Amino acid sequence: MSEVLDIIIVGSGPAGLSAAGRAAGRGLSYILLEKTDHLSDTIYKYQKGKHIMATPVQLELRSDVDFDAGKRETILDRWSEQGGALAIAYDVDVSAIAGAQGDFTVTAADGRSWRGKHIVLAIGTQGNPNRLAVPGADLPHVQYQLNDPTEYVDEHITVVGGGDAGIENALGLASDAAQGNVVTILNRDAGFIRAKGPNVAALMELAGQGRITPKTETSPSAVEQGWITLQTRDGEERIRCDRIIARLGSAPPRGFVESCGVEFTGPDREAFPKLSPTFETTAQGIFVIGALAGYPLIKHCMNQGYDVVEFIAGNTDLKPVDEKLLSARFADLPGNHSVDHWLDFIGSRVSIFEDVSPLQLREFMLDSDVRSYRGGGVVFERNDTGSSLFAIADGHVVVEVDANDSTRTIAIETGTIFGEVGLISGRRRGATIRAGSDAILVEMSRAAALKLMASVPGAKRAITRISLERQLLQMFGSGLKAEDLTEALDSAEIVPIPAGQHVITEGDDGDDIFVVRQGSMVVEKQIGGKSVFLSYLPAGSYVGEMAVIAGGARTATVKAAVKSEVVKVSGAAFRKILATKPDLATRMRGDMAARQDLNSFIEGRKESFSSAVELYSETAKFLVDKGIGEATDVLLIDETLCVACDNCEKACADSHEGLSRLDREAGATFAHIHVPTSCRHCEHPHCMSDCPPNAIHRGPDGEVFIDDTCIGCGNCQRYCPYGVIRMDAAPPKKPSLLSWLFLGAGPGPGEPTKKWIKANTPEGIEVPKKAIKCDMCSGISGGPACVRACPTGAAIRVSPEAFLSVARLTQDDD
Amino acid sequence: MASRPKRRAAQGERQRSSLHTGFLAHASFAWLKVAILVSLTSLVSYFLVDVAPRHNGGSWYGYTLGTIGALLIVWLALLGIRKRAMTRGAWSLKAWTSAHVYLGLSLAVIGTLHSGFQLGWNVHTLSWSLMMLVIVSGIWGITVYSMLPSALSNNRDERTQAQMLDDIRGIDRQLHEAAQPLNADDAAIVRGSLDQDPFAGSTWSRLSGRYKDCATASALGAVRIHTGPRHDSGHDPMEKIDVLLTRKLAALGRLRRHLKLKALLEVWLYIHVPMTFALIAALTAHIVSVFFYW
Repeated sequence: MSEVLDIIIVGSGPAGLSAAGRAAGRGLSYILLEKTDHLSDTIYKYQKGKHIMATPVQLELRSDVDFDAGKRETILDRWSEQGGALAIAYDVDVSAIAGAQGDFTVTAADGRSWRGKHIVLAIGTQGNPNRLAVPGADLPHVQYQLNDPTEYVDEHITVVGGGDAGIENALGLASDAAQGNVVTILNRDAGFIRAKGPNVAALMELAGQGRITPKTETSPSAVEQGWITLQTRDGEERIRCDRIIARLGSAPPRGFVESCGVEFTGPDREAFPKLSPTFETTAQGIFVIGALAGYPLIKHCMNQGYDVVEFIAGNTDLKPVDEKLLSARFADLPGNHSVDHWLDFIGSRVSIFEDVSPLQLREFMLDSDVRSYRGGGVVFERNDTGSSLFAIADGHVVVEVDANDSTRTIAIETGTIFGEVGLISGRRRGATIRAGSDAILVEMSRAAALKLMASVPGAKRAITRISLERQLLQMFGSGLKAEDLTEALDSAEIVPIPAGQHVITEGDDGDDIFVVRQGSMVVEKQIGGKSVFLSYLPAGSYVGEMAVIAGGARTATVKAAVKSEVVKVSGAAFRKILATKPDLATRMRGDMAARQDLNSFIEGRKESFSSAVELYSETAKFLVDKGIGEATDVLLIDETLCVACDNCEKACADSHEGLSRLDREAGATFAHIHVPTSCRHCEHPHCMSDCPPNAIHRGPDGEVFIDDTCIGCGNCQRYCPYGVIRMDAAPPKKPSLLSWLFLGAGPGPGEPTKKWIKANTPEGIEVPKKAIKCDMCSGISGGPACVRACPTGAAIRVSPEAFLSVARLTQDDD
Repeated sequence: MASRPKRRAAQGERQRSSLHTGFLAHASFAWLKVAILVSLTSLVSYFLVDVAPRHNGGSWYGYTLGTIGALLIVWLALLGIRKRAMTRGAWSLKAWTSAHVYLGLSLAVIGTLHSGFQLGWNVHTLSWSLMMLVIVSGIWGITVYSMLPSALSNNRDERTQAQMLDDIRGIDRQLHEAAQPLNADDAAIVRGSLDQDPFAGSTWSRLSGRYKDCATASALGAVRIHTGPRHDSGHDPMEKIDVLLTRKLAALGRLRRHLKLKALLEVWLYIHVPMTFALIAALTAHIVSVFFYW
């Protein structure tokens, strides 16, 4: 094709489709290239009937293509209908983009090519399936997807890949013995460790029946018609094979994007392409929009599709659709300045925004508040809740360092930040902060700040250093000043520690000090040939100072209870601090003495109550294994008291829109302590890691909860390692308890049955499924319903520090 | 080792009942102490107060005990509503259960002293008998509540009831496959086990855990006749059936013990609760008749 188009759009998701719509509206010449045979593959792959939400609600939609909240089918049908009038080429797997602005050539895997002046990449983050790289892999019977397992009968089928996708395919092919398929699954590892437990169990069951042959530590080495050659641990093997289904995961699109000459903000997995305010990348003429640019919400994507085409068409005066929202953000600030003025003012004065592009800054400001304070005005008080980060754009603030004496303060100057502790732990504020003079402060939500750190490495470095310095100051106190720490901070390094790895090993030499920054540690000691659990250290503790003060070998082993991060401070640097600060040295000697008492207490007990110490130690290890190490508040059930009445589940359902957020029976048990499937309110919640509408927060009592803006995407459910989040629609309201008791109306206490819900949901009303999890009965006076409703006292809620302390040992002996 | 972060301790975390005590020992046996006090006071006053010609329900003293007893019965019965009404507020069902147990026991003393030991064939004695029946069934309840939970926990060994059923279904699927090469007679033995509903059985079987007509047990017996005396060649399909039936019997055994323990934890309520309703009816008749014939 020789015609040079104005724009080539790659990817037909909301962003690409909207861009094509605008290009058509503008009368530009364009083509929209789609990898599959349908529009918007990501949304196409959503489950049938899924309700899709249109968030953020306050953001206007600016697009030639329609979009409103509704069922997946309705939305896709509407798009297909509107797409009919657009120039779209399907089944185009773009493999290369070459050339420069004004004349790019886009080449597809099948050899077709297009020429265009500008490229808009709207390819999302799904990526391409990894291909089999062996001789014969291009034969037609090698496929990368399995749509309908019932399609194939009496075939020898080899599934390559031991992940969930591969196992699910193999199970589908073998589930009906009548199909007569001979199914083999290859896994290059020794075990199916990457897959979910239930999938592996089902695979093993079918394997036990001889219906599937799993071959581990095996990979294909050659493919030919009717046969496949395998490389096994014991050598080569050739087996019959009519069809190969390769499920080898997918490569993130980053590699492809970089091959087009586009730079990213950093090496991290979360990094995004570097973009100008007009979505242009570092490769001139190539634009990136949508999820790949870091905007996962449909509305954002569609607006960007419109905007990017306007920019390319030369409409550089176009104000982004968020202009109105931003001007509302800045409306209360003094001076009545324009949005651009404030963006420039904030961007140039706050140090952590140094490397932030104007486009990114706009986005951060949308998730932020900018406020002016009069001198003396309180920003937040000690023990307030809040996990946001503040930056000082103008003026300065003062920190009240002493809870009892509000006149003892430390100033924080213009351009720097505060409130960063909340970013790491999402916990309460440690001190009251007031404006020291008239000040303008930017308050960024936790999610916005984390995104900033992920996408701008400079911002990450600045925030990390400041938070580390303050953490040390707060922890050691005793009149320590920031200057005293310079050397220690220079020597400090942040070390990630995988679960179970030792930070300190008993008997080793070494005098570094470790500060637990994330996760938690357990301290163990070898007593009588067995390792005995001594104590549990949550994030914010320090360890290892004994060797610095007293010298000698390490007296106990410290290892990570969960995936953690520690800050290693060199012992030499710390010793210098101690030499100049006698107060600190005295305090630390006190801490050390208390700990030595604990050690000798345990050792003394070991002689007389060895079984008690052992049981305590074993129980503590069991709980840590079950993830209590990252919990802040966990529901435990004493199974010597539990009568299986399930009143806890009923109470939970009746306190929260009729759905129970805990499963009493499921979960692990040790020494009659049962850890039911219920939220532990992790110190660093996994569920929060990727919530598109930022709907997961930590509340006033430390509870992690999901608010009403949940869009039901299910990310949190997938991220939760403990399986405590369910996706469900709220059932209809039940008749009152008394009308059930006396008249038999309704399903009675607890979660209604599926049958009752179905019978009582009015026809045609669709209740969207949302993520549901324990919120510790936040806002309900009296506290968690599960505990209040337990008739025998079996259900208790505990924090791990309280539960995993030796104090229990003395208590139990009494 | 080392320091704990101070900020945690400073947090205004909610008061929680991390004190790990059951309903019997709740609040250092506070309700036991109250119940003993109430019972002793009733007993002592019974002997101190001189009612002529003898103690009876109709004296001022009898009316006092009767009123206390009747109010207590109504309050004790309200536990059924308290348990199900998930209202807000700082109440604890454990505390209610504790009070219910001990005050319920003291009711035996109050109610009996109220009768003045005048028992006969009338509605008044009917009320007393029903009350005692409810109390005795309650004692039975406390007994199973304190004895069975650990057994339930040990038996299920981290499996849920649904998982236990899944285990059995999984073995059934394998049995079905393994029975394919068998001749018609042998297959019929296996089919007997496959066709029987794991929940089948009388109420008595459920409570005793003994299933006389267990098709799996008899199938295993029949298969053993074949496999028992023979050397295991590794090729005989019946050997595989033997292994699978043994596993199924073990899985059924666990499920049946689970159901038995759960049933035993509940069955006393089938006496306790209906008898409470009967008691309230009889009590109403008792009170109305007393006032009617006053």
